[in-house]
Amino acid sequence: MTVLVNDLKVIVFQLLNKEYAVPVQNVQSIEKVMHITRVPGVPSHVKGVVNLRGVVTPIIDLRTRFGIEAGSFDEHTRIIIVTLDGREVGLIVDSANDVLDIPETSIEPQPNVVGSIEADFISGVAKIERRLLILLQLDKVLENVS
Amino acid sequence: MEMNQYLEVFIEESKDHLQNCNTQLLELEKNPEDLKIVNEIFRSAHTLKGMSATMGYEDLANLTHNLENVLDGIRNEKLTVSTDMMDVLFAAVDDLEEMITSIAGGGDGKKNVESTISRLAAIEKGEVLTEENSSNALQVKTEVSYDQFEQTVLHQSLEQGYHAYELTVALRDDCLLKAARVYMVFEVLEKVAEVVKSSPTVDQLEEENFDQHFTVTIVTKEDASFVEKSVMKVSEVEQAVAKKLDIAGFQAEAEAAVTILEADVPTAGAEVEQSNHPTVEKEIPKNQVANKTIRVNIDRLDVLMNLFEELVIDRGRLEQISKELNHGELNETVERMSRISGDLQSIILTMRMVPVETVFNRFPRMIRQLARDLNKQINLEISGQDTELDRTVIDEIGDPLVHLLRNAIDHGIESPAERAAKGKPETGTIDLRAYHSGNHVFIEIQDDGAGISKEKVLDKALSKGIVTEEQVQTMTDSQIYELIMASGFSTAETISDISGRGVGLDVVKTTIESLGGTITIHSTPGEGSIFSVQLPLTLSIISVMLTEIENEKFAIPLSSIIETAIVKNEEILHAHNQRVIDFRGKVVPLVFLNEVFDVNKEAEEDIHSVIIVRKGEKLAGLVVDSFIGQQEVVLKTLGDYLGDIFAISGATILGDGQVALIVDCNALIQ
Repeated sequence: MTVLVNDLKVIVFQLLNKEYAVPVQNVQSIEKVMHITRVPGVPSHVKGVVNLRGVVTPIIDLRTRFGIEAGSFDEHTRIIIVTLDGREVGLIVDSANDVLDIPETSIEPQPNVVGSIEADFISGVAKIERRLLILLQLDKVLENVS
Repeated sequence: MEMNQYLEVFIEESKDHLQNCNTQLLELEKNPEDLKIVNEIFRSAHTLKGMSATMGYEDLANLTHNLENVLDGIRNEKLTVSTDMMDVLFAAVDDLEEMITSIAGGGDGKKNVESTISRLAAIEKGEVLTEENSSNALQVKTEVSYDQFEQTVLHQSLEQGYHAYELTVALRDDCLLKAARVYMVFEVLEKVAEVVKSSPTVDQLEEENFDQHFTVTIVTKEDASFVEKSVMKVSEVEQAVAKKLDIAGFQAEAEAAVTILEADVPTAGAEVEQSNHPTVEKEIPKNQVANKTIRVNIDRLDVLMNLFEELVIDRGRLEQISKELNHGELNETVERMSRISGDLQSIILTMRMVPVETVFNRFPRMIRQLARDLNKQINLEISGQDTELDRTVIDEIGDPLVHLLRNAIDHGIESPAERAAKGKPETGTIDLRAYHSGNHVFIEIQDDGAGISKEKVLDKALSKGIVTEEQVQTMTDSQIYELIMASGFSTAETISDISGRGVGLDVVKTTIESLGGTITIHSTPGEGSIFSVQLPLTLSIISVMLTEIENEKFAIPLSSIIETAIVKNEEILHAHNQRVIDFRGKVVPLVFLNEVFDVNKEAEEDIHSVIIVRKGEKLAGLVVDSFIGQQEVVLKTLGDYLGDIFAISGATILGDGQVALIVDCNALIQ
């Protein structure tokens, strides 16, 4: 007898050896790094804006947002364009190369370990085989800069 | 439901018809005798009725129906136009507008319009009374009059073997619940016959707005006596008389009516004759015009514009590539493409242009109402309403203009008595004009009122601490007038509901400036004032000066630039902790953009590139590294995620696909 399990389809990306996941329905596209125009007077994690096919889109550096040391961009660096409540924002990540189905049963609430700023942005963790995926809480990540 | 696809068309067309009603009603008020105007309104109302009934908006149809009845009365010269009547008509149109707005906003378009309907009905009833006084003979004949539709129905039913009767029902004098009895009569009638019309109308009957008897026109296969008997079964019905309807006599009757009117009122006769013809004549040219335009959803135009902007960016790249490759045929093709896309650009831009008429249209009604509220007599003259502006500007300009007009009526134009005492005509005039000049559109509001009192303005500004005595000495007249637009200023002695609501002209000024426009005031005491608003033709494409600071590009709108200059280090003076330069005899403060925008600058230079910008009368010099050149760019917002950023008004995409920020000069000049 099979039990109907609701799978969560996610995009997996890496950030300093850790794997994170965002729901696929929030992801608009994944872009290679392009020219980013700096915007003065905004918090440091807002890298600037890019021209995303004619739409000026703000870009957030997730490393800075999570308080991880900033790294330089290489050929794996990607910008994940996410949409939430009609807003389009790009997230800079080290690399993004996987789409996974996470069974609902394997999602656990985040462990009660306080340690990094990123704990505020996590909605849960999922263990799949030997991988540990951190599920991002996008509305917290995109919380207004002002 | 299937209707959804028509809803948009319905709303658009209804708005057009209502606008037409509004304009024509105003015309009618000026020329109450002109039956052509009544016909025009009637046609609009009639179409509206038909459309709303089809779409299932009962209240809307009902109200238009009553409106139509009154208009019909005027058209047939049974009613004469009076101010009270106009008020009710305007109120009815207002109600209609409200309902349409509700439908457009996703509502059900329902509204309690009973009071308006009963007022309309009262006017319509007034018709019967006056008619009775004028000629009793006529009244008997035309007690129930039929419009064309009803006549057709009657004709067709006759052809199908039905009989048409006018059934007059009389209730007993002591009948208490007349409406209930009417209801019962109708119930009986509906079993044996089809009700075509009732007089008074069903609404009036329900409200017991009738004496003891009423007349119902029915078509039925039964004979007269059977119908009479069935109705008599309803208790408290005293009498029911069915009279066979002479349909063939309609035409003759109508003609007779005209003749009698002519005999009664010889002077009015000619007009009656005329009124019958324009209805036919005018309809023909209207149909011809209708096919020349189509309605396009504004969103689609925006999409088209966005796509085109992307094309422009790719065009830039293509031009660059062809230049590098230097291939003859490629160059030729790219050049051709550039030319064609240039033409395309101007067409798309003009497609987004809307005549200011769409904004001006609502003003006559507003002025009329305000003038009545304030007991002033005002004549609004509008010119240049076909001047075109980009729809982004049109969308924003309405409220500031309303404010300025209210201001002119409330503070500008004096009361009739005051005007008479000053030897002016009692009716004040407000001139609203729009015209095109260079890359700008000017909208001016001129009144022939009291003008602005310089002394009062200065007193107030001094007492509120907006200016100091010192500053006053050097101020020009127009600078003083412009004080009334400073925040925290309101000249009205008593705060009125019309324009003195605390949020004064400063809001107007801010809105206009945010649109990239300016506002100036001229005034002659005793003779009136002119408020002149200067607006850019379009907001979406602007001319900018592209500049560079280190490797970052910033665009400065050309509209605020006066000129550019090269300044040596030793020419920079220091005053009040501020670096200034002497520019053509004026002291101009310098703003180092690299400091404002936190650009890491490696080396200090001896020579600075300076752009002199202006905000009103104030100047400032923006210091950049180098000028790249002048360019037409498409204005884009930074989106709501970043919110308001100091001194940045937006962004644009350059030919190489990069984003450049647009500097908001107004924020940099204090």
